[in-house]
Amino acid sequence: MVSFELSDEQKMVQETVNSFAADQMEPIMRECDEQNAIPAEVISKGWELGLLGGCIPEEYEGFGEEISAVTGVIALEELGWGDLSMALHLMAPSVLAISVLDQGTEEQKKQILPAFCGEEFKAASCALVEPYYNFCASALRTTAVNDGDEYVLNGKKCLVPLAEESENMLVFAATAPGMGFAGVDAFIVPVSAKGVKVGEREKNMGIKALATYPVTFKDCRVPAAARLGGEAGCDFLRLLSRSRLALAALAVGMSRRALEHSRDYATQRIAFGEPIGSRQAIAFMIAEMAIEVDATRLLAWEAAWRCDRNIDFKKEAALAKNYAADMAMMVCDRGVQIMGGHGYVRDNPVELWFRNARGFAAFEGFVMV
Amino acid sequence: MIDFELSPRIKATRNMIHMFAESAVRPLARQYDEQEHEKPWDLLNMVQKVMGGGIAGAFGTEKKEDKGEGEGEPKEKKPKETNLAGAVTVEEIFWGDAGIALSFPGPGLGGAAVQASGTPEQKEKFLARFTGDKPVWGAMAITEPEAGSDTANIKTTAVLDGDEWVLNGEKIFVTSGKSALEDSEGFVVVWATVDKSAGRAGIKPFIVEHGTPGMQITKIEDKMGIRCSDTVSISFMDCRIPKENILGSPEVVDKTKTEGFKKVMATFDATRPLVAAMAIGVGQAALDFLREYLTEEGVELRYGINPHRMTSLERDIMQMEADLKAARLLTWRALWMLDNGLRNDLQASMAKAKAGLAVTRITQKAVEIMGPLGYSRELLLEKWMRDSKINDIFEGTGQIQLLVTARRVLGFTREQLK
Ligand SMILES: Cc1cc2nc3c(=O)[nH]c(=O)nc-3n(C[C@H](O)[C@H](O)[C@H](O)COP(=O)(O)OP(=O)(O)OC[C@H]3O[C@@H](n4cnc5c(N)ncnc54)[C@H](O)[C@@H]3O)c2cc1C
Repeated sequence: MVSFELSDEQKMVQETVNSFAADQMEPIMRECDEQNAIPAEVISKGWELGLLGGCIPEEYEGFGEEISAVTGVIALEELGWGDLSMALHLMAPSVLAISVLDQGTEEQKKQILPAFCGEEFKAASCALVEPYYNFCASALRTTAVNDGDEYVLNGKKCLVPLAEESENMLVFAATAPGMGFAGVDAFIVPVSAKGVKVGEREKNMGIKALATYPVTFKDCRVPAAARLGGEAGCDFLRLLSRSRLALAALAVGMSRRALEHSRDYATQRIAFGEPIGSRQAIAFMIAEMAIEVDATRLLAWEAAWRCDRNIDFKKEAALAKNYAADMAMMVCDRGVQIMGGHGYVRDNPVELWFRNARGFAAFEGFVMV
Repeated sequence: MIDFELSPRIKATRNMIHMFAESAVRPLARQYDEQEHEKPWDLLNMVQKVMGGGIAGAFGTEKKEDKGEGEGEPKEKKPKETNLAGAVTVEEIFWGDAGIALSFPGPGLGGAAVQASGTPEQKEKFLARFTGDKPVWGAMAITEPEAGSDTANIKTTAVLDGDEWVLNGEKIFVTSGKSALEDSEGFVVVWATVDKSAGRAGIKPFIVEHGTPGMQITKIEDKMGIRCSDTVSISFMDCRIPKENILGSPEVVDKTKTEGFKKVMATFDATRPLVAAMAIGVGQAALDFLREYLTEEGVELRYGINPHRMTSLERDIMQMEADLKAARLLTWRALWMLDNGLRNDLQASMAKAKAGLAVTRITQKAVEIMGPLGYSRELLLEKWMRDSKINDIFEGTGQIQLLVTARRVLGFTREQLK
């Protein structure tokens, strides 16, 4: 039966993550952006929320809560509300961990998961995006060729978060080029493996506090057992869809924050004798921002709910993610517009959100729910 | 618990209504678009017999059972989803055809107003008629030539003279006005002011029965779309109605000011999402058509690839789909809140603003995509584009919904944001 009410547990998750975001993330967001760095203690405090460990079953040393994608998007919205760079840093290990949990073999689970159940943040990374203007997850140029009981990886990746500090990364590569999503597999690759080269830290327009790297693979050999899901391989589109849900939720959170900021400003800034929000040109922008933020949240919730229900959710996740990317850009652009010149200077958070927002169209496979 | 699954009861209704819409409504769509001002009487009589005002209930009366519960002590009872069920029903019939669906018999907005602010006696007297064998319509007359969005500016007057109110003025754009007053034994709820100097506080709704002397239909509009639904002007010249036909209190009390006005405005909390659902039904029809057509043409939509690799057709269609879904979810949320006794005026306006705009865009795009076929009257696409446009206009234009939304988001009064 249709309901829009969060469960008690979800409300608790929402509140807990929101107060972390408000107390720990938001106040240092600007500084982190300027410094291109995130203090380790914030990450370790964030880790204490147990968002990742919480959904890993006890047999792999997690706390074994029931995994719910809906709860995941609720939590991620709050992290996105706090700060996108920090959220992506904190959740970077989820791509490896949750992919393994969802589709790994028993050995892979045993080998990988316990590391993410400890008290200290454990970095991990994923390499999906490639540095081409027409990059598409269904047409990867990075290839993995089977050679006996090994796979040989070749290709270029970019936007690989935390590559330097990670032990392992999940690398997506085409095992059957031309076969679209069905021809893509994932490999658990140690960052130190031969043939892996992590380049210099990237300089991006936004999410500056998140360390991302280009990574190249040149005849990098990994054992066949490193292939996610073993011989059967993985359902790549399903993983991608879980990531799209997460990105949509982060976009909703960040946009919601930008909306709140614009709303407050519009009631306080006086022009021509009254608050600018008293003019429809501004007020209507704000109304549309509010409508679209809510609409996108509902799209993400519905797709996540389908995921929890084991109903096909790939199409819904794609629609939600694309919609969210457009929405975030629209909302954050208006955030700047509403503040005029004051929105353009770096004293102000809206320009940071604006820069971050453009990323959603390019982000893929960054986080998972 | 977050849940997007319709209850078995709603699903069953939806399937039934969908079949009905497909087999009985859709086939008549073109005919009653071309033959403007005629009604599919066989269908309307059948609807009345089979549903006994049941479908129409979706537009207002079904709330009856719910009403007491909201205020009274909350008892454990069957799931509260009357309004949501209404939206799902509305969407399906409008998927069949918007013009014909709008012309279905039932209490309409007038009935909704009686439901929202009538006394038990008034409800008994005025709502019972909709459940009989013969189709009966209710209507609501607010709009005047000089007062559309600006409802507080209406000029129609009501003056108490002994045991009667005397109405004078002119109303325009009354949906189903002819059906209510000439084709059946219905009524129209007329907004008039009892004290022009009191502004909003002086405006009250009055029930005027069919056949009341002094009331006359002066014009039947020819329209761009929803042609099967009649839209009329009504003039009131010394039109006398019983004193007890006022809805709510006749007092113009200063302090409680706009209570009566507000209460009727509150009907919009239920009807705006339903207008959104109407739009969504038409939008879904257009999208369903497109998808079927493209499948036949061998076009496969590739979900999940990056947007810049999509064909422009794929991109358009996916945007249309996401927009429609977003509108539907906002609509469901507004009605779910209403069903659960939560204040939903903001969400109701958000839903209508989104749906009105999204669906006008969707149907326009659908026509564009189909090229000459889209423009041709052979297909229904061009009709859907004409039909859906009204959803961004009546029951508060898109701009008015944004105004309501913005006021709520900004915490501004109507004086602070005009
Ligand atoms: C087919 C049809 C059926 C209808 N059915 C009914 C009915 O049953 N009962 C009834 O009472 N009425 C009905 N209406 C009337 C309908 O509700 C009005 O047409 C509508 O509310 C707009 O009013 P208006 O036409 O006077 O436009 P106006 O109010 O003159 O508006 C013109 C334009 O200005 C914009 N505008 C107005 N005020 C503002 C503002 N403050 N800020 C920004 N923009 C603004 C509007 O959005 C619109 O774009 C119907 C209309 C039609 C066409």
